[in-house]
Amino acid sequence: MNITYREAVRSGMREALQRDPRVFLMGEDVGRYGGTYACSKGFLDEFGPERIRDTPLSESTFVGAGIGAALGGMRPIVEVMTVNFSLLALDQIMNNAATLRHMSGGQFSVPLVVRMATGAGRQVAAQHSHSLEGWYAHIPGITVLTPATVTDARGMLLTALEQPDPVFIFEHAYLYSMEGSLEEGSIAVEISHAAVRRIGKDVSLLTFGGSLWKTLAAATQLAQEGIEAEVVDLRVLRPLDHDTILTSVRKTHRAVVIDEAWRTGSFAAEVSAVIMEQAFYELDAPVARMCSEEVPIPYPKHLEEAALPSAEKIAQAVRRLLR
Amino acid sequence: MTVSMTREQGLELLRQMLRIRRFEERAAELYQLGKIHGFLHLYIGEEAVAAGSIPALTQDDAVVATYREHGHALVRGTSMRSLMAELYGKATGCARGRGGSMHFFDASRRFYGGLAIVGGGLPVAVGLALADKLQGRARVTACYFGDGAVAEGEFHESLNLAALWKLPVLFLCENNLYAMGTALARHQSQPDIAGKARAYAMTAHTIDGMDVLAVEAATGRAVESIRQGQGPCFLEYRTYRFRAHSMYDAELYRTKDEVNEWKQRDPIALFQQTLRAAGLLHDEDEEQLETSIAAEVTDAVAFAEAGPWEPVENLTKDVYSRTVGDQQSAINEKLNADR
Ligand SMILES: Cc1ncc(C[n+]2csc(CCOP(=O)(O)OP(=O)(O)O)c2C)c(N)n1
Ligand SMILES: [Mg+2]
Repeated sequence: MNITYREAVRSGMREALQRDPRVFLMGEDVGRYGGTYACSKGFLDEFGPERIRDTPLSESTFVGAGIGAALGGMRPIVEVMTVNFSLLALDQIMNNAATLRHMSGGQFSVPLVVRMATGAGRQVAAQHSHSLEGWYAHIPGITVLTPATVTDARGMLLTALEQPDPVFIFEHAYLYSMEGSLEEGSIAVEISHAAVRRIGKDVSLLTFGGSLWKTLAAATQLAQEGIEAEVVDLRVLRPLDHDTILTSVRKTHRAVVIDEAWRTGSFAAEVSAVIMEQAFYELDAPVARMCSEEVPIPYPKHLEEAALPSAEKIAQAVRRLLR
Repeated sequence: MTVSMTREQGLELLRQMLRIRRFEERAAELYQLGKIHGFLHLYIGEEAVAAGSIPALTQDDAVVATYREHGHALVRGTSMRSLMAELYGKATGCARGRGGSMHFFDASRRFYGGLAIVGGGLPVAVGLALADKLQGRARVTACYFGDGAVAEGEFHESLNLAALWKLPVLFLCENNLYAMGTALARHQSQPDIAGKARAYAMTAHTIDGMDVLAVEAATGRAVESIRQGQGPCFLEYRTYRFRAHSMYDAELYRTKDEVNEWKQRDPIALFQQTLRAAGLLHDEDEEQLETSIAAEVTDAVAFAEAGPWEPVENLTKDVYSRTVGDQQSAINEKLNADR
C-alpha cells in the first residue's frame, strides 16, 4: 500500500493512541491547527483535548513536563515543531531525560518519546534549517532514530513507545510529502539494526534520514557508469549498529559517509572513526565524508544547494574515491 | 474626535501604513509566481503598530524584530528596493539575500533583525541596552515580539533583567491574539500581558493597535520616559493578523466571521476615516499616495529582478571575521582537494 510519510507518522500515532490509554500527544499546534506538518490532523476531534494537548511556546517546559509525565506513569509523545526549537529544551533533554535512570541508580525510568522535524532544503534560511540529530546522538541515555522510509516512520514510533527509556525521533521535513509503500502488516519495527537498502560491491555509502534518497539516486547514477554502490541506511544513530557498517565495508573496502550536518564534529565523523578503529586494514582508500558546507544555511536556492549534499556531489565523491 | 496633528503628519502615517500594505500584497503575488520562497509572514492588518511606533525612535536608537518584520524595516527607512531584493534572495538585498523574508538586517539603521526563533530577540535587546547604559549613551532599544513569545522563559528572564538593571529597553508586544493556530486564551493562563510586565516592576500599557494615533501617542511617551532614565517600559498593542500565519494555513483555528469582524477595524481604513472627518484627507491626496507607492513598489520589483545573485564562491564568506575565516577556508580547501 502506498502512503505518504506524513500519513505513516499519523497512522503510527493514531494506532498508539487507540491502543494505549497512557499515550497522549502534546506540542505546539498539534490540536486545533492539526500539526505544523499535518501529522495529527483530525486527532483533536477523535481523541479530545485531554489527550491532544496544544502547548504554549514553552519548549523547555513541555519537554520537561513530558519527562515528568513519563516518570508518573504516562507514555507521552511530545512533538517539538522542529529541531531548531528543540535547542530551547536541550537542558531538559540532556540533564534530565538522559540522566535520570543512571543518576537514580536505576530506580527511575523515563519512557518518553519526542518527535521533531529536522533538516534543510526548503529555503527557510539559517535559523530553520538545522540538522542536529548527530548532536543528539552524542548523549548517552537516549535513543536516536532517523526514519527514512514510510515503514520506519510508522513502525519506529510504535516501537519507541514500548521502550523504557527516552527515544528521540527525527523526521526530515523534506520527507513528509514523499510516498512510499508500507510493508503489509507492519506494526512495530526493530530498532537495533541498520538496513542495507541497496546491495553493491564497489563502495559502501553510509547515510540516514533525508540523505538516504539522495544517496540512492547517486547509486543509480553510478550504476550507469558501472560502479555498484552498497547503500546502508543507519536508521538508529544511538546505539549505532557497528556490525552492519563493518560487514559492508569489509566487502567493498571503500566507504563514503553522507550526512546533512556540518562536517566538523558531524555524525559522519563518528561513523568514519568506527570504520578506522575496526576495519582499518580492510580499507583500500581513506573513508570520505560528504557533509554540508560550514555555513549557516542560506536562503537563496543556488546557495542552499551549494551548501548541502546532493546526489551529484555524492556521486562525485564516490568517483574521486575510486579513481 | 479631536485630532491634534498637522496634515503632513497625518498623511505621513497613512503613507507608511499603505507602503507596508502594498509592499506585502505584491510580495504575496510574487510568492505565487515563484519569485519568493520559503516562509513569508505577512503583517497585513497590523500596520498601525510599526507605522505608529517606529517614528518615536531616533536614528541612534536600535530595533530588534521578528520574522514578521517587513513593516518595521520599511518604516525604519531601509529602502523598499533592498527589502524586495532580500525577499528574492538577491545579493542586492539588505542582507545580501542570505536570509530572505525572515531575516532583514540594516546596520545603518541599527536594525538588528529579523530573528526567527520566538522569544530569541528579547535577551539580545537587553544586551544592546546594557551596552548603551555602560557607555553612558541615552539611546533606546525597541524590541518587537508577538503574544506567543510571552510563553517562553526568555520573555520572563528578559523583563526581569531589564527591570532589575533599569535598562533602556522598550518592549513592544504585538498581540494579534494568536500564536500560529493557538489563541491567546489557550496559551496564557492570565491573558493580561501588560499585567505580567507590571509584575516585573515596569510601567506597562495596553493600547489599541488598530488605532495608529493611539500607538503613536503611547509609544512617544514610553520612549521619552526610557530616555530620561526611568528604566524599561512595556507596551502591549492589541492587533490582528488578517492573513494566514505564513503563506499557507488552513485557518482551522479561527472563524471567517471573526476575521471579517476584525477587518471592520482595518487600521488603514480607520485612519482614512479619521483624516477625512478632520478634513485632512481628500480624494486627490489618496490617489496621489497610491500612485506614488505603486511606483515605489514597481521600482522595487524591477530592482530586485535586475539584481545579481550572490556568487557561489561567496558561500562561506562572513561566517567569521577575516582571520578566523581564512583558517577555516584553508581547512575546507584542503579537505575538498583531498576528497
Ligand atoms: C522557539 C520557537 N518555537 C516555535 C517556533 C515556530 N513558530 C514560528 S512563529 C510561531 C508563532 C508565534 O506567535 P507570536 O509570537 O504570537 O507571533 P505572530 O506570528 O503572531 O506574529 C511559531 C510557533 C519558533 N519560530 N520558535
Ligand atoms: Mg501572535
